[in-house]
Amino acid sequence: MLSSQSDRSRLARIPALGLRALALVSLSILLMVLDHRDNHLDAVRRAISAAVYPLQIVVAAPTRFWVWVRDAGATRNELRLQNSRLKVERLLTNARLQRFTALEAENDRLRELLEARRQVRGEVRIAEIIAVDANPYRHNLVIAIGQQDGVYDGQAIVDVNGVVGQIVEVGLMTAQAILISDPDHALPVEVNRNGLRTVAFGTGEFDRLELPFLPNNADIRAGDLLVTSGLGGTFPSGYPVAIVANVTRIPQEPFADVTATPAAALNQVREVMLIWSASPAVESADEAND
Amino acid sequence: MISTRASRHLPAVITILLALMLTLVPLPKALAPFRPDWVALILIYWAMTAPSSYNVGTAWLIGIFLDVAQGTLLGQHALALCVVVYITIKFHLLMRVFPLLQLTATVFALLALHQFLLFWINGVTAVTAPAISYWAPVIIGSIVWPFLSMFLTGVRFRAQTGN
Repeated sequence: MLSSQSDRSRLARIPALGLRALALVSLSILLMVLDHRDNHLDAVRRAISAAVYPLQIVVAAPTRFWVWVRDAGATRNELRLQNSRLKVERLLTNARLQRFTALEAENDRLRELLEARRQVRGEVRIAEIIAVDANPYRHNLVIAIGQQDGVYDGQAIVDVNGVVGQIVEVGLMTAQAILISDPDHALPVEVNRNGLRTVAFGTGEFDRLELPFLPNNADIRAGDLLVTSGLGGTFPSGYPVAIVANVTRIPQEPFADVTATPAAALNQVREVMLIWSASPAVESADEAND
Repeated sequence: MISTRASRHLPAVITILLALMLTLVPLPKALAPFRPDWVALILIYWAMTAPSSYNVGTAWLIGIFLDVAQGTLLGQHALALCVVVYITIKFHLLMRVFPLLQLTATVFALLALHQFLLFWINGVTAVTAPAISYWAPVIIGSIVWPFLSMFLTGVRFRAQTGN
């Protein structure tokens, strides 16, 4: 019974409420310090994330169900149209791929001639997004593969159009990723046209990145494609990141005001691709894949 | 005995789980900043009505869950919820006799404190300062409160009479 009378009599049974609150607050602060300083608590997080996993599955269920209903309810005609469109797309892609294979071989040969390092070619795997956490100061998503599949910290995530983000936390069956538009995210990029190197920062808006460290006289203009430079060691080089949207040069200021629009549809993706690229992780990832 | 104890906790457990889900469910970009703090609201309610069963320990545990699920600093939500629930329990006898308007104002203050604590921790750990929209959940939460508390009271009494 939950009448207020019995509650009042039970009040005495919360022993030292203030002390307990103080202890828990101190514990929270300790946890935050440990978590912020280094990643001492990764194991703890992993354990708790396994407990949160069922909740995330339940939360994602309505969306999954809706997608299922939409797929199941698609008429034969729609499916036929989609099928023919996909066939055409596949033909075109295959044609392009033929050229690509030849170019790749040629590139390798030329690199050998130049005695340059061979480029690493990454494994790719598709992962479903099960949760998105987006607010002005945090852009996160959770994907449905994790440690079991060989996902590792810092792994690059792309979609069909460009870079989406990178993994920041690996749970047992899920992994959490930070988007390139997160205000805390910075990504080494280069201008595809001339190899000009810089860093692209997230802004907290899905459709805007900032490039704050470009001098006024830098050779950059609206419409330039930015690709990953691979210099941070996290991302493989050559993936499209963003297209320069706006360049404002203010004569008195040392740096130009440059913004760019991400190539990937950051707030519309449902599936992403994970790339296994960094050389130490490649073996373990391959093992996990096999 | 155990079954009656379990059924006594059932309404709170279910509503807290629902609040967690509502917090995690993805919303369209335009609506996302206006999502009220469901977990804080539900915990305030249960701390006010049944402080001996749901107190700072519950709040802390739920907070840790939320931190892991949302990928925030471990302990951030735990601290904020803990403080809010502590204050709620300190004043719960008073809050029970408040008229609805005054109670809503109190909840507004509690939600503002909750949001401020999160905001402050973000600031200390150098997460970029957000826009004014940061305070929208507080206002939406206060608007939601009267309906939520009426609904929960209904649920509670139904559960009791069902016993």
